[in-house]
Amino acid sequence: MSSVAQKKGFGAQVWDYLTTVDHKKIAILYLAAGTLFFAIAGLEALFMRFQLLFPENTFVSAGMFNQLLTMHGTTMLFLAATPLLFAFMNAIVPLQIGARDVAFPFLNALGFWLFFLGAVFLHLSFFLGGAPDAGWTSYASLSLYSPGHGIDFYVLGLQISGAGTLISGINFIVTIITMRAPGMTFMRMPLFTWTSLVSSTLILFAFPPLTVGLFLMLVDRMFGANFFEHTMGGNTIIWEHLFWIFGHPEVYILVLPAFGLFSEIIPVFARKRLFGYSSMVFATILIGFLGFMVWAHHMFTTGLGATANAIFAVATMTIAVPTGMKVFNWILTIWGGSIKVTVPMLYALGFIPSFVAGGVTGVMQAAAPLDYQLHDSYFIVAHFHYVIVGGIVTALFGAAHFYWPIMFNRALNEKLGVLTFWIFFIGFHLTFFLQHFLGLMGMPRRVFTYMPDQGWDLFNMISTIGAAMMGVGVILLVLNVLLSIKSEPLNRRDYWGDGRSLEWALETPLPFYNFKQTPLVRGYDPYWIEKQEGNKEGMVYAEPLGDIHMPNNSILPLIMSIGTFIAAFGALYSPWGKQALAGTAESVSPALSVGLIVVGLGITVGSMITRSLKDDLGYHVHVAEVEAIEKDLAQFRAAGKKGGNN
Amino acid sequence: MDLNTKFTPQNWPEHAEQATMEGKNKFVGFWIFLACEVVLFASLFATYLALKDSGPASMDLTKYSAKALYELPLAFAMTMLLLTSSLTSVYAMYHMKNFNFKGVQTWMGITVILGIGFLCLEIYEFYHYVHIGFGYTHSAYSSAFFTLVGTHGLHVIIGLVWISSLIFRNMKRGLNLYNAPKYFIASLYWHFIDVVWVFIFTVVYLMGVLG
Amino acid sequence: MMKGLKKWRLFSLLAVMTVFLAACGEEHLSTLRPSGAVGKEQLNLLLLTTIIMTVVTIIVSVIYLLAFVKFRRSRVGENVIPKQVEGSHTLEVIWTVIPIILLIIISVPVLISTYKFADVAAMEEVDENGEKTALTVNVTAKLYWWEFEYPNQGIVTAQELVVPTDEKVYFNLIAADVKHSFWIPAVGGKMDTNVDNLNKFYLEFDKTSEGLKEGVFFGKCAELCGPSHALMDFKVKALDRPAFDAWVAAMKATEGQTASADSTDLGEATFANSCLGCHAISGVGVSGGMGPNLTTFGDRNRVAGFLEHTTEKTAAWINDPEYYKPGNLMTGKYNVSEEEAQAIAEYLMTLSVEK
Repeated sequence: MSSVAQKKGFGAQVWDYLTTVDHKKIAILYLAAGTLFFAIAGLEALFMRFQLLFPENTFVSAGMFNQLLTMHGTTMLFLAATPLLFAFMNAIVPLQIGARDVAFPFLNALGFWLFFLGAVFLHLSFFLGGAPDAGWTSYASLSLYSPGHGIDFYVLGLQISGAGTLISGINFIVTIITMRAPGMTFMRMPLFTWTSLVSSTLILFAFPPLTVGLFLMLVDRMFGANFFEHTMGGNTIIWEHLFWIFGHPEVYILVLPAFGLFSEIIPVFARKRLFGYSSMVFATILIGFLGFMVWAHHMFTTGLGATANAIFAVATMTIAVPTGMKVFNWILTIWGGSIKVTVPMLYALGFIPSFVAGGVTGVMQAAAPLDYQLHDSYFIVAHFHYVIVGGIVTALFGAAHFYWPIMFNRALNEKLGVLTFWIFFIGFHLTFFLQHFLGLMGMPRRVFTYMPDQGWDLFNMISTIGAAMMGVGVILLVLNVLLSIKSEPLNRRDYWGDGRSLEWALETPLPFYNFKQTPLVRGYDPYWIEKQEGNKEGMVYAEPLGDIHMPNNSILPLIMSIGTFIAAFGALYSPWGKQALAGTAESVSPALSVGLIVVGLGITVGSMITRSLKDDLGYHVHVAEVEAIEKDLAQFRAAGKKGGNN
Repeated sequence: MDLNTKFTPQNWPEHAEQATMEGKNKFVGFWIFLACEVVLFASLFATYLALKDSGPASMDLTKYSAKALYELPLAFAMTMLLLTSSLTSVYAMYHMKNFNFKGVQTWMGITVILGIGFLCLEIYEFYHYVHIGFGYTHSAYSSAFFTLVGTHGLHVIIGLVWISSLIFRNMKRGLNLYNAPKYFIASLYWHFIDVVWVFIFTVVYLMGVLG
Repeated sequence: MMKGLKKWRLFSLLAVMTVFLAACGEEHLSTLRPSGAVGKEQLNLLLLTTIIMTVVTIIVSVIYLLAFVKFRRSRVGENVIPKQVEGSHTLEVIWTVIPIILLIIISVPVLISTYKFADVAAMEEVDENGEKTALTVNVTAKLYWWEFEYPNQGIVTAQELVVPTDEKVYFNLIAADVKHSFWIPAVGGKMDTNVDNLNKFYLEFDKTSEGLKEGVFFGKCAELCGPSHALMDFKVKALDRPAFDAWVAAMKATEGQTASADSTDLGEATFANSCLGCHAISGVGVSGGMGPNLTTFGDRNRVAGFLEHTTEKTAAWINDPEYYKPGNLMTGKYNVSEEEAQAIAEYLMTLSVEK
């Protein structure tokens, strides 16, 4: 049962990852898949920027451009940012709260495979007649009339991957509520765990409206329903509401864990306790709550009336208050500390001014009458990229450097990391700062081209150059990851030397059961407390060494996801759809369409019943085995070199 | 608590459904899942209310409006069936508390039978509407009606399959700490379906006929 | 070192200035150089919020830079363990209250303007003869073109909106196919044109468009509406009231104007055969045209909303509209030779109410 020395064949390795329910491996799956889709969406962005390099450029066609902008937005939000954050949530949250795994390891795997196959399904659209082309918002009248199967891929792909996200969200909530180690009270939880909890709660309430919206779109397009068909009494504004009731919280779903990551990085490299912990927790909850009250600020120009606009304008502005609290708390954490500028800290330091700049333009757009000018112009493009790139992407890059030692027992190269940061950071500001002005100068968003002499030429060119720099930055990061595979393993605990929370108390590489004994948490920043008291082992234990109960691996999550994948094709080629009837989209015979749906869902439901009928009690790792594994690991660590940059 | 303990009514724990870590996780997780179901139905209700009686300009409101379509006696009968089935699942849980496995199986079985009765009435109702020309693609109103009530119906079907397979799988196994939480959350789900129906009865049928 | 730094400063200052000046944009297109009360009020809001927000950003950045420079580990010492401060209630209160005050300062003008811009009660006001006193334009957005109907004047035009200056012009906005959004950046903020309901708002034009670089204000579609969303531009001609009245009279005078299939002019004859089914050339009428009304074609600033207004471009457009506006609804509805297209273009250029 030695987990280290045992060398597995390639096939066994693949099978291991296909069936795994280990949160650390699922984290790696999320990281790999998220990176893949991040790269695809980044490439789409570069294509768009090259198209806009000159006025009247013909690099891509108008129709292709709309596909690119739709897939860029959809992929970045649903299939890149979300899984990448899930990767860190999976890898770190159980460690931070002293758990051996998440509450539902099986569902964790199911969540990943649903997400992944949904994402693959969506991307198949490129090869099967064209990608969706109605924007990531997919506003009803346009998406309803979009010919071909693009929007169908969007609806079904997001439906499947959205189900995966929802399942993972529920899993994290339960994990954080029930799996905390003794002594880990709510007010001792690290901020990343807190933000993961609030963000998962937002997923819980935000995704069902999206599910409903997508379902209505699905039946409208594929089965002849009339929810958004205004000639049949339908109403397109319903889509806008449902989409934004989901869409606005989605931004907070992504940005709150990013805040959490920075709240972990900054105290470590400032060697100082997070300033105003309780107000940070309060602000997180408040932002999460307010995030649900403000969706209609995306619809100021829809014509909801003055009173609705006024209420949503004021409600939106109030979000600035808790967000401001957070920013000042981060700065005060740095103040009086001892700042070590490593790559993760560099990202954190770059994040603060960038995010503040993105936040304040948000307040400007909350001012409804001013938003009439800014809405759907390049100003909004600049704003949300400042928030998403300046807030979320910097968090992801910083966290990758920060947590790489725990996740892979390797470190990313610091020098290359610094270079990457500067190229990416400068490229980012170059790309998006001027876009504020493009918007103010009357350039609408989502345009595939523009006429010369409207005063937009120079800024567009600079913006494209910046985008290319961001591309170079990402390539360097990927290079860094590849280099790290060849680097020496670290084999130690607390790589950065100033770790504070429980995950740093563990020696890498981690055994599959994380903690051989459940730790006892004696206060906020438990590892810091133990270190200060000279505890060499990094933690005290709440129980004697005993048998460890672990869940069994299972292939069923993958099979269930494949079932939905098959059913989605059946729905996609439905012969009853409006586009199919109009002859603008391919369809198959009713028998084949229904057959695929029945077979696909049959596989899924059958797997569920199989799962239910079989007793899956997991297995026990007995004390002797635990001791043997620990001994093996100790030998491995002692024999290996101590790699890394420090 | 060990899963393999032999239980008698005497040593059977007070809250069997939460006695193990897995059971507790299921219990908490299922409540959270229900919260998300609430939002799902809220979205469908809102959509239904926005599109009620709304159709193409040519739609005949004397024939195809909420007032003209719904029949309260039928909806009332369905309500009674589902409310009763909720009660029978409470009995099943009562017997689970007392470690009376036979009681659990019997009352869960009655719950399934009542659920099937409800489903038959619903299928009859849908068939009737389609028969008089009020099909799924008839208007925005018909789409919204069938989607809201149909989603509930789908939940009933899922619940029936779920509870039936529980009864079936545990026939030989008897009651233990591994399947007690399974019974418990299945009954929780059934109550939820019942609560949603009470809202459908009020918002769709009562308000449709009266207002 | 210092010298290099100074040079760098000068350079960056210059760069910032260039950006700022260029940022003002074109007078016929930029929200930063508004020609109307609505746009001006929006600009004032922009300035107010920008000033407050810039100050906030600068203060935050300065504190942060200061903290960053002061507390580098290289300065405080490698092995120093800083004091582990939990927080400060006083500071928390300060940075909660100050933003609230700033937000209240912003909220007041925001609320006032929100209600003001939504006030379209004057649309219904009538004089003693029962005629509407305010000028109303019914805007219908269609796949890649705009139709403008003047219900009280009984006239209709397309692609080029004509409005009087120095009075409120009210708009009824709707879309015929998919959602679009009506935006004249230099005059005031936008409003969506939905398919299922009428939106209403007003704008004011306080400057005639004649003196502008392009002679017109530029209007844009701001909501993604398909492949040619980027090209769904329109133009706005703002005239003083007498000139506007004259234009209305000239439009009314085109009542019954049509093209004859028997005309000796090849352009007119082909137009009558191939185009008239969709394109009216009489300005009297209501909205609902299959294609844009071409009564004022010769007076326009652009062809198809964005192409240079020349006979060549017009002919080229007629020959292959799909090339210029992918996804438009005109493609394939007619069949004319290149020679005929040239003749139609020449004929269209003669259609004018201003010359």
